[in-house]
Amino acid sequence: MQRHLISAADLTRDDAIRILDTAEEMARVADRPIKKLPTLRGRTIVNLFFEDSTRTRISFEAAEKRLSADVINFSAKGSSVSKGESLKDTAQTLEAMGVDAVVIRHGASGAPYRLANSGWIDAAVVNAGDGTHQHPTQALLDAFTMRRRLVGRDTGLGQDLGGRHITIVGDILHSRVARSNVDLLHTLGAEVTLVAPPTLLPVGIESWPCEISYDLDATLPKSDAVMMLRVQSERMNAAFFPTEREYSRRYGLDGERMARMPEHAIVMHPGPMVRGMEITAEVADSGRCTAIEQVANGVSIRMAVLYLLLGGAVFESKNAPVTLQTRTEEK
Amino acid sequence: MSKILIRGAKVLGGEPQDVLIDGRTIAATARQGEIDWSGSGLSADGAEVVEADGKVLLPGLVDLHTHLREPGREDSETVLTGTRAAASGGYTAVFAMANTFPVADTAGVVEQVYRLGQQHGYCDVQPIGAVTVGLEGRKLAELGAMHESAAGVTVFSDDGKCVDDAVIMRRALEYVKAFGGVVAQHAQEPRLTEGAQMNEGVVSAELGLGGWPAVAEESIIARDVLLAEHVGSRVHICHLSTAGSVEIVRWAKSRGIDVTAEVTPHHLLLTDELVRTYNPVYKVNPPLRTERDVHALREALADGTIDIVATDHAPHPHEDKDCEWAAAAMGMVGLETALSVVQQTMVDTGLLDWAGVADRMSFKPAEIGRAAGHGRPVSAGEPANLMLVDTAYRGSVDPAGFASRSRNTPYEGRELPGRVTHTWLRGKATFVDGKLT
Ligand SMILES: [Zn+2]
Repeated sequence: MQRHLISAADLTRDDAIRILDTAEEMARVADRPIKKLPTLRGRTIVNLFFEDSTRTRISFEAAEKRLSADVINFSAKGSSVSKGESLKDTAQTLEAMGVDAVVIRHGASGAPYRLANSGWIDAAVVNAGDGTHQHPTQALLDAFTMRRRLVGRDTGLGQDLGGRHITIVGDILHSRVARSNVDLLHTLGAEVTLVAPPTLLPVGIESWPCEISYDLDATLPKSDAVMMLRVQSERMNAAFFPTEREYSRRYGLDGERMARMPEHAIVMHPGPMVRGMEITAEVADSGRCTAIEQVANGVSIRMAVLYLLLGGAVFESKNAPVTLQTRTEEK
Repeated sequence: MSKILIRGAKVLGGEPQDVLIDGRTIAATARQGEIDWSGSGLSADGAEVVEADGKVLLPGLVDLHTHLREPGREDSETVLTGTRAAASGGYTAVFAMANTFPVADTAGVVEQVYRLGQQHGYCDVQPIGAVTVGLEGRKLAELGAMHESAAGVTVFSDDGKCVDDAVIMRRALEYVKAFGGVVAQHAQEPRLTEGAQMNEGVVSAELGLGGWPAVAEESIIARDVLLAEHVGSRVHICHLSTAGSVEIVRWAKSRGIDVTAEVTPHHLLLTDELVRTYNPVYKVNPPLRTERDVHALREALADGTIDIVATDHAPHPHEDKDCEWAAAAMGMVGLETALSVVQQTMVDTGLLDWAGVADRMSFKPAEIGRAAGHGRPVSAGEPANLMLVDTAYRGSVDPAGFASRSRNTPYEGRELPGRVTHTWLRGKATFVDGKLT
């Protein structure tokens, strides 16, 4: 594993398990009265957001602060940044201020890859979502949530998701969450089925390591987890589907459909949810829906990623999971 | 006028010959050392001797698709730098695309570009006129006025944009028949390519980049060959890039439709797998396609379904490529590497001999564009538009040495065969021993 986290596809099974296990350690920190580790004291991380996403930004910010890093938030939205060359200029400007890592969110697929591989900067790059390409920390927090719920918090340590059936439903075509999840879940041994109307599946999807289905009802009974993706109603105007009503009738998850899932199966959503579109309030508010847990787990995962990238420990697969007891500064 | 004796050149890749240039024309050719001066009134006395030493002598190359950027984008290329690049690549004539600022949609603009080419003298510049005013696809430009101007425009194209309105395309095809013109279509159905960033397929699905489907090219080509048949016009297809397009053109030719087509060097060599680097140097329109398409294009160029190689030389300043993929400009420079890429993909693979290269890169493009004096046989009495290529050379591409003002080549550091050593435009050397004159 490199010094950057750009794509979930770059993670080996051992890398991924190491991140998940480290995140469990990090989660314990959150249970303490003082939720802080000194690990990244003196290190500076910039959250470089070219696209609005308060949820992801504050999740990273919470993770960085819990690791005692100095945090700079840079929102390119609304600033003069709009032309292409400014990604390079902005990144170089920030690096000149002594930044150790750049957490980047960008509307253009590949922008984090370019930032990490063009010789523009030396800092570590963490992809916080790029266009319709990848969102690796989202996939990691999803896998973390699945492992906790389906395998167990303690029994899950060191384990992958071998043999679990995961169904992802919705706008696969425009979803970086779906791409990242397919890559990571495959690496972790899970069997993934993507469900969507054919218009919302990319041409070329046949090479992905997963199954494709147009039929949600047929897929539900064999699913251990069902992940509902947000569907933007604007897609309707580009003729991806006829009406919101028809979409939710065919591909939305309501109480009746949820009842067809095995008893242990969970419902996931990366948020923000569009209640009444892809998910009903009944499902969203049920005990089987992990949307809120996913948010909490996101902080642990991002702590683990930053810790492993910057904390001296590299993602070297053979090493045992890091334990953090000796490094806390609880008083 | 001065005389030049080229000794021991493999004319069109054949047996070594001596070629004597006298003034602006080829005075004599014969097997090496066997020019018989007696009774010819000729002599090589006082001629400057160029030892070709087994290099291949070809007619000066003709590029039917060059973007010279002047007027308007002189930061990326000018007529001067672009024609210097052309001479360095072995070209003696280039057709300059109309998508300048202002657009070459009037007699005034095409004459300006034409005169700049004449003035600089590195390579003949034949301007292409826009089909529609401002390339907007709505109203025909004054095609007749551009034809009658000093520039004598015969090729019309909205390249960069597709003439997508079927009625406008039909009228343009019909109208230019009056003076033997041809419409060169940039085949891209606009609605199917909104937000398109790369070839639509396996790689775009993974990279999350907007897809440019093959059908967006093929559907326009199918429509246009049928339109050309219906109105009895000839039509030229720019930068054909897919296996499906090859099938349509092959079918059209078999029906006797007067269609010609070009392929770029980059579509003969590179595939969309390169986009995985997100390096915009590989961003081009139409996009790089798949291995299967590359093979279909090579075969089609070999069997004549595709008539010519055209560079689509598209210079862009550094900052337009030194950015994220979506923000980057489309296009790559090509004049200075075209022949090397064709040697690698077509000659070294056995698909085409050097006579075939002369046909696809000189004779045929000159014929399609009606470039008088270009694309002529290497024989006595013909204009001395010639170039020498050292086919044994192997070296890696170094953009720092380009004559073009821009460096946006996809071949930086790549090993390519062959090197142009000399170019003569009507007997005047424009490029000698690898250096511009
Ligand atoms: Zn074009």
